[in-house]
Amino acid sequence: MSARLTPVIAGFIPLLDSAVLVVAAEQGFAEQEGIALKLVRETSWANIRDRIAVGHFDVAHMLAPMPIAATLNLTSLAVPMRAPMLLGLGGNAITVTSELWREMAGAGADEYGDPASTGRALADVINAGKVVGKAPLRFGVVHPFSGHAYELRYWLAAADIDPDLDVEISVLAPQIMADALAEGQLDGYCVGEPWNTAAVIAGAGRVATYKQAIWPNSPEKVLGVTQKWANENPETLASLMRALSKAADWCSAPENAELLAATLSRSDLLACSKSLCLPALTGNMQFDQRLITQIPKFLTFSGGVKAMPSPAQGKWFYEQMVRWQQVNASAEALKHVAEVYAPDLYGEALGLTPVLDARTPKLFDDTNH
Amino acid sequence: MSDSLSILVIDDNKIRATIIEQGLRDAGHDQVILVHRMDGLVRQIADINPDVIVIDLENPNRDRLEHMFQVSRAVRRPIAMFVDKADRGSMEAAVDAGVSAYVVDGLKRERVKPILDMAISRFRVFSKLTDELEEARSELADRKTIDRAKGILMKSKRLTEQEAYDLLRRTAMKQSRKIIDVAQSLIIASGLLDD
Repeated sequence: MSARLTPVIAGFIPLLDSAVLVVAAEQGFAEQEGIALKLVRETSWANIRDRIAVGHFDVAHMLAPMPIAATLNLTSLAVPMRAPMLLGLGGNAITVTSELWREMAGAGADEYGDPASTGRALADVINAGKVVGKAPLRFGVVHPFSGHAYELRYWLAAADIDPDLDVEISVLAPQIMADALAEGQLDGYCVGEPWNTAAVIAGAGRVATYKQAIWPNSPEKVLGVTQKWANENPETLASLMRALSKAADWCSAPENAELLAATLSRSDLLACSKSLCLPALTGNMQFDQRLITQIPKFLTFSGGVKAMPSPAQGKWFYEQMVRWQQVNASAEALKHVAEVYAPDLYGEALGLTPVLDARTPKLFDDTNH
Repeated sequence: MSDSLSILVIDDNKIRATIIEQGLRDAGHDQVILVHRMDGLVRQIADINPDVIVIDLENPNRDRLEHMFQVSRAVRRPIAMFVDKADRGSMEAAVDAGVSAYVVDGLKRERVKPILDMAISRFRVFSKLTDELEEARSELADRKTIDRAKGILMKSKRLTEQEAYDLLRRTAMKQSRKIIDVAQSLIIASGLLDD
């Protein structure tokens, strides 16, 4: 029986939004589509990139901008890639030290994390700090080509804070962030769950704002495949995406949240307590020791049409790369970006019609950057 | 300036790092520096000013390191080895072995390749050692399990040690199972009966 299954090896990073891959492998969705899905846990995005490039992995859990960066040859071992399916929307937040939050609250920051309000408050704190010659605040992100980096930079820049001059941004592994904040090595960071909740529960941090408020329903992780693998294995990829779509629907059912949290917390996956996983999976986010607030769609998994990538989403990430001088703007590059985020593969696999311009990004400040 | 290259080895695993260091020294590289901790690494790299950086793939700080190379003005810019893709085989061998390397831009490949080859072979030796150790450990654990099962049989059925072992072996053969599996089942069953 299992001899007839097609093996697919997927690399993943232990984060909540690896859920769709985990559930596809463990709840029988992959098998139903004739796929023996083997998951390999990795320790860095650099490893994911290298191992998919040399063919250790057929597919991988990837930061949404990574396949674009690889296709545009912006990273080492770059190969042309596709992001044929979205694996998770939202799920990130920006957490600051309790001390910094007290200053921001003093400057009028909205306690529910409205990005315009908290950004303005942070700008006030930074400007006041400049007057007395304080060192720039230090923020952490998980990767230079990540939703985290672009959300943090967008939020700062919208409040007239220059992310390259007014603050220092460095890269840290997600599971290290909360400790770095507690030890005073960082003043804030943008990371996926459960690593904001981890700092809040430890009493070290306070959620200042979150991805779903900055760019609602935006892609966070994607299924990454090399163009080569996609070309050579069209049927396997289609079957896999059908399985992942069903797994995503399973993940989004509220009645499965407890089991999903228990599964993800396992030592071979996230290796954390179940109580860290639950807030984002139920949208019941804890912002500080006192405030728990319900944020619908804080993190969403969905199959069907919502998991279909759109060139407009790819374009937004590309525009951020241009904006922050990671790449020069070119029409040729933009064409490649549209191909990376093309909805055709997923649409054909699921029998869905692509809705091309339906997902033009609308950000909190309602501009189109 | 000395002609030899300075090599920085970043590895949480001190034993493996030492094995690599020894290999590099044996090959005539006298400027090898080991780093186990990532704190203050930017400054350390700036001070050491290495030509080649070797890092293990299990290290969760690879993303941090790569970003640092891109933005830091304090260090000469290291780039990942084999970015030219001409050396696909070596790249695959390195990833297979669990190691990655960065070299200062502009260094000639011929000078650096033996260093990575050395690191690759030492990583392989190390993982073979670890596998063997793991095997030895599990053999030892198996033997302990079988001893416990024998003890249970000796006590409950009043057998000699040899008789107990023969019974385990015969049962395993009859059921086409391994002795260790039969021993484990017996220990579990006996635990249930005791309760």
